[in-house]
Amino acid sequence: MAGAISRLNRRVSARKSALDPVWIQRSAIAIVLTFLVLILFMPLAAVFREALRKGAGAYLDALSDRDTLLAIRLSLLTIAIALPCNVIFGLAASWAIAKFDFRGKRVLITLIDLPFAVSPVVSGLIYVLLFGAQGRLGPWLLAHNIHIIFAVPGIVLATIFVTFPFVARELIPLMESQGTDEEESAVVLGAGGWQTFRRVTLPNIKWGLLYGVILCNARAMGEFGAVSVVSGHIRGKTTTVPLHVEVLYNEYNFVAAFAVASILALLALVTLLLKSLVEWRARKIEQFVTEDQNEESAG
Amino acid sequence: MSISVENITKRFGRFVALDDVSHNFPSGELTALLGPSGSGKTSLLRIIAGLDFADAGRVLFEGEDATERQARHRKVGFVFQHYALFRHMTVHENVAFGLRVKPRSLRPSRREISDRVHRLLELVQLDWLGDRFPHQLSGGQRQRVALARALAVEPKVLLLDEPFGALDANVRKELRRWLRRLHEEIHVTSVFVTHDVEEALEVADEIVVLNEGRIEQVGAPETVYDHPATPFVFRFLGSANEIHSSDHVPESFPRRPGGERTTPSFARPHDFDVFTERKPGSIEATVTDVRSIGPTTRLELKASGNGDALEVEIDKHTARYLALRAGNTVFVQPRRLQSYAGVG
Repeated sequence: MAGAISRLNRRVSARKSALDPVWIQRSAIAIVLTFLVLILFMPLAAVFREALRKGAGAYLDALSDRDTLLAIRLSLLTIAIALPCNVIFGLAASWAIAKFDFRGKRVLITLIDLPFAVSPVVSGLIYVLLFGAQGRLGPWLLAHNIHIIFAVPGIVLATIFVTFPFVARELIPLMESQGTDEEESAVVLGAGGWQTFRRVTLPNIKWGLLYGVILCNARAMGEFGAVSVVSGHIRGKTTTVPLHVEVLYNEYNFVAAFAVASILALLALVTLLLKSLVEWRARKIEQFVTEDQNEESAG
Repeated sequence: MSISVENITKRFGRFVALDDVSHNFPSGELTALLGPSGSGKTSLLRIIAGLDFADAGRVLFEGEDATERQARHRKVGFVFQHYALFRHMTVHENVAFGLRVKPRSLRPSRREISDRVHRLLELVQLDWLGDRFPHQLSGGQRQRVALARALAVEPKVLLLDEPFGALDANVRKELRRWLRRLHEEIHVTSVFVTHDVEEALEVADEIVVLNEGRIEQVGAPETVYDHPATPFVFRFLGSANEIHSSDHVPESFPRRPGGERTTPSFARPHDFDVFTERKPGSIEATVTDVRSIGPTTRLELKASGNGDALEVEIDKHTARYLALRAGNTVFVQPRRLQSYAGVG
């Protein structure tokens, strides 16, 4: 690691700008690295060490437990519903916001950020208050034998609510920066609305969309607070992976708890990897575009 | 195909972009919409294309009402100032786009599309760039691709929005000559928007001068330049000197009926004779600055009578012969004066 630091330093001092002296740069980097080790790497290592404490056999047993598999299945099912919903919502919202002018646009953008501002527990409670037995729609739902709270629909709804900003937030600035020229060209050339979207808009935003989907997926998989409130923790029925970890932990079943947690940790690592790949790809494309613009302004 | 606009009015909030504009764009001609920014020229072009809709008035294509027709059904070619090429498609795919999105019954075969794209790329002299992406092309090449793409659907009307605005001066000059030649070849009714006077004069068959949402003058380039109909057009088409009666404008100069002596007359800087001794009817002035700009020399003068500032351009040889310096007294005589009744 020391080697890495000195290499970083060399690159920084090569660019020796009118910035702060080297020792400030070095200590800033040292602080960041210490922080990362304490807050990120050590806990991550601890998860895997605890999970494998009783050997690989116990680890695999914990993962192939029936309730664990059911929890994984429920998480996947939730994502399979929540992700497409949020992709459609995100596309519609960003399309409307970036390509059209209408009254209340700013309000809509603020509302999209709401789930970021609200504590997930509160978002879960909103659904309990709305659909719960004592809630506004509770009696009607009960009368029609529809179960939302303490059942799968509630978990899906809570997950959608918590994750819906991700795709839209990623796409709005991207689509705004691209403007409407290409869509207008397509329309004048005789393309219909759907053709314009599929052949012009979608290819231009595909990397941003993918990036949003990856983040959305990671959050949906790991969501605890909101889902915890609406789930009711019925083992094998309404426990998603994060909830299952809590259940196992509360039962002092540490190996199993950490084994299941390690799935989430692995997912996080895969997410990071995919995220960097997509970022790298998108930056390469962006570079082309900015190079173009530089050429133009230089010319 | 001829295009007519009748009583077009367009507002953006309180701002009136177009105010009761009517004009007929003759078939097969290349018309320039010329005006400063904010004069409504781009709005008018977008309304013809169907990309914007007027608050009042009608758009007619070949006498047929097209006001409510959607942009995709108007059969116009539109060239944008910033090209608006599809960035994820190759040059070939860009040009083929208009043909590929046609309904299946009207869509040419794959082969036919490919042939037509090749012919169009040849027409714009870019056949060798078919596999490149837009970001790999220069600005001038991109604009030519945009033009080929617009022509691919065989539009009845070609609309160009400041087509050379984003290009540097040399490329711009070359491209506008090329556009002129191309128009002579294909003769499609064309309207192009520009704020560049030289461009309009060089390329257009007819110029429509717009100002603050109204048409100031319509005419052939030469007519518009030699006989500006309003003081605005006079000032917009080039530098202008305002000459007031106290500057001793010669009696002999023709005046429009009703042209009072108190209203200013206009003269271009290059329409002056400069003398070092008094001539009958000349304006006495003091030289305040002498500046040589390429082949011409520009004199900044202050009229002795009323202190009006005058700008006069003479050729380099005359300037050398007169050997003028700041502080000298000169006598200038306008060769051509334009006056407008009741306006200032």
